Amino acid sequence: MRNTDIAAPDYFHKVVDCQWACPAHTPVPEYIRLIAAGRYSDAYMVNWKSNVFPGILGRTCDRPCEPACRRGRVEKDPVAICRLKRVAADYKDDISDRLPKPAVIKNGKRIALVGGGPASLTVARDLAPLGYSCTVFDQDPKAGGMIRTQIPRFRLPETVIDEECNYILDMGVEFIGGKRIDSLKALLAEGWDAVFVGSGAPRGRELDIPGRKEAAANIHIGIDWLSSVSFGHITKIGKRVIVLGGGNTAMDCCRSSRRLGGEDVKVVVRSGFEEMKASPWEKEDAMHEDIPILNFLVPKEFTHENGKLTGVVFEKVKAEYDAKGRRNLVPSGEPDQHFPCDDVLVAIGQENAFPWIERDIGLEFDKWDMPKVDAKTFASTNPKVFFGGDAAFGPKNIIWAVAHGHEAALSIDKFCRGEDVSDRPVPMVEIVSQKMGIHEWSYDNDIAPDKRYRVPLRDKVVALRDIKAEVELGFDIELGFKETQRCLNCDVQTVFESKLCIECDACVDICPMDCITFTENGEEADLRTRLKAPAMNLTQDLYVADGLKTGRVMVKDEDVCLHCGLCAERCPTGAWDMKKYLIDMTHADDQCRTRHQSAA
Amino acid sequence: MTYIAKPKFHHPSLPKNALGYTHRDYEGKVSTLCAGCGHDSITASVIEACYELAIEPHRVAKISGIGCSSKTTDYFLNASHGFNSVHGRMPSVLTGANLANRDLIYLGVSGDGDSASIGFGQFAHSMRRGVNMTYIVENNGVYGLTKGQFSATADRGSKSKRGLTNNDNAIDMVAMALQLGATYVARAFSGDKTQLVPLIKGAIEHQGAAFIDVISPCVAFNNHAGSTKSFDYVREHNEAVNRLDFISGRAPIHVDYDPGTTQVVEQHDGSRLVLKKVSADYDANDRLGAMNFLGHHASKGQIVTGLIYVDSEPEDLHTHFNTVDKPLNALSEKELCPGSATLEKINAALR
Repeated sequence: MRNTDIAAPDYFHKVVDCQWACPAHTPVPEYIRLIAAGRYSDAYMVNWKSNVFPGILGRTCDRPCEPACRRGRVEKDPVAICRLKRVAADYKDDISDRLPKPAVIKNGKRIALVGGGPASLTVARDLAPLGYSCTVFDQDPKAGGMIRTQIPRFRLPETVIDEECNYILDMGVEFIGGKRIDSLKALLAEGWDAVFVGSGAPRGRELDIPGRKEAAANIHIGIDWLSSVSFGHITKIGKRVIVLGGGNTAMDCCRSSRRLGGEDVKVVVRSGFEEMKASPWEKEDAMHEDIPILNFLVPKEFTHENGKLTGVVFEKVKAEYDAKGRRNLVPSGEPDQHFPCDDVLVAIGQENAFPWIERDIGLEFDKWDMPKVDAKTFASTNPKVFFGGDAAFGPKNIIWAVAHGHEAALSIDKFCRGEDVSDRPVPMVEIVSQKMGIHEWSYDNDIAPDKRYRVPLRDKVVALRDIKAEVELGFDIELGFKETQRCLNCDVQTVFESKLCIECDACVDICPMDCITFTENGEEADLRTRLKAPAMNLTQDLYVADGLKTGRVMVKDEDVCLHCGLCAERCPTGAWDMKKYLIDMTHADDQCRTRHQSAA
Repeated sequence: MTYIAKPKFHHPSLPKNALGYTHRDYEGKVSTLCAGCGHDSITASVIEACYELAIEPHRVAKISGIGCSSKTTDYFLNASHGFNSVHGRMPSVLTGANLANRDLIYLGVSGDGDSASIGFGQFAHSMRRGVNMTYIVENNGVYGLTKGQFSATADRGSKSKRGLTNNDNAIDMVAMALQLGATYVARAFSGDKTQLVPLIKGAIEHQGAAFIDVISPCVAFNNHAGSTKSFDYVREHNEAVNRLDFISGRAPIHVDYDPGTTQVVEQHDGSRLVLKKVSADYDANDRLGAMNFLGHHASKGQIVTGLIYVDSEPEDLHTHFNTVDKPLNALSEKELCPGSATLEKINAALR
């Protein structure tokens, strides 16, 4: 193998699994250390810069960081990264004076943002401090988009939404609520310098089976129903409720039903339980509230009597896999099942819908009738129009919308300054030794053996009585501290200098995870089998360094390194060092950066 | 030294031996030696050897004297018996323990000061008596604990860290062990575990006095230019006579090396040692030849490593004494006090 180029910004970034997995590349270990130090406001600001909605995301994020977390490969469960983010938000002081102030000098550019959800708000957050006049339009009276309309209050209190949306609106961003944009052509005609479309995926998928029209009064589209519940238009539901669908919206629907009078609430999914789209913890939360999840049942017909819904008929199916491993659901041959019910909530998916975008304004659509959007710049084929969030590439989640927003803001800024939108500045990288003394590091390198701590929940009886009562109570300071200690500080990198190495094997002998091997070089596939512990996780890189006196190479498998720094502590010559790697993603306010930065 | 304990987490796919232990289960406390000390690599090799042999840790007695090397018994086999004795007195304590309980595996760990100076006589007598043990000398050629004075194994003409030249002759522990009748004699280098681990395994299995001299660079006081026990010097002057691919048990051996390049040593208990020859005409069964070979190469400044001599029919102290098979500490009062009639008989025989 060739020498690993540790100067490439991505190499060490990938080692910080959580940060690499986060669409917004939040520096997770950095803020976890700040929480451990009791510096909640600082931890909050690190988050705020990256992901804009720490309090909201600390409760609702889809947390792609957690399945990626190295701790989950070292022992059973990853660090509760998402819930630690909430700790930062819950215990911070007033941080308003640390936020960017409304720009004193405006640059004269006017940006229209369609939709008031996380993508648009992120664009406004990045552009408003630079002097742009940002105007956000939303059909609903308040900002927040799906954060406000689709996430139930028992998961996310309104105060948190108001606080974090207002941080942005208070930067001099104009919010025009209750105004639906019906024509992009007309909007463009108003002379905006750029338009950002962050209108989400607002259309719930319909289930067109017999009985749908006849029993329409008691069949509701999930996201619309959640939105009505959110704004208080709907306050009760029948005693027996069936929720169709296996995603997170279905989980929100069933749990909301339990709080609005539903006593016998069940979720019915076509697929198997394991293949459901809902996050495992959301399924767990639903089942905790006595909601059974029935699988392999395909809805066939809504039954009704005198125009009133009486139940749903399901066909029992089983999964079969074809030669290519594709799954097909085929009838199992068992008799159909009829479940009586009073109401049905249909939560089987969401779609984008752009009836308001004219097809003659230079904005091309693809064969699926979706606008063509560049995956890096978020530009459409109309140079003035940018997309982000669910509106860009279909339903994802909040953290993706934030990541899109940052990129789109950068593009809009470049566009308004007449620069090439496709020229993306590289992120800023900083790598600094953490050595304080012979065996002293500026981070806590002692590894805590603790298992993942559970977040305390509100008593179920109390929680089910009030739809606004938040179920998760969050970690208190003590539990939060203990959980922070589980973080392995993966951003503190093991950096090797061949020139200094005397090949004494001290690092090999001390490494608790058998990560380090000195051996003859070879092809990667061969090398992976010859290490002290075979490196079978191909998603994790091997760190290879040549230039040793014996002609061998140092090979470190990054996979399960604890970043305990013992290799560096036991190294007599300082060939190993622990260096903190911080990558700062380029946002719209970092335009002065040059293109060529390196990590080391 | 390192202040934090070595984390208990281990690699998820770490292999287990026949007892279900990983090599981590054979560790001891975290080392308090200087970072980079060769002794830590010997510790790691002992751990690896015991793990590979699937030794039950409670069947091992690890005994040492005083010095950096003698501290290392604390860093491996946490669940074994141990005795940290007076300076240079490891061999006599070990001999006593071995007499009392011949069923344990005896691991004597010592250094060049502990064995070639203050304990030289003790070393000599344990070898000539054939105590069934593995005697490891962690040999760095300096007194590291007292800041780097030459030890008795420092080569004549080698330089100290401060630039002084050693004018005294060196004791070659391997040559001494050969002469004193050790039945398994090896030399290795702490920087080459692929050589060292099989040698330790062979020594543990050997039923007699097994001696291993391990050159172990002292990174603090003896790893400079002019030293003959530095990493660089040993790597440059290492003259390996063979590679021991240890195979235990009585199963037939399949050797896929070319004829003439291996030497199979069948031991008394039926187990076999397979030596992959590096030096074509070297015979590891020839004690006198080995002594000549050593002297010849030493005069050229070469360090001979590998399994230098092995006696396939070793005898040990218990054979010499004709002691009972049962460990003495397990004998009951009935066997130890056979009664006045027996005493009378013995007395009569002596009159």
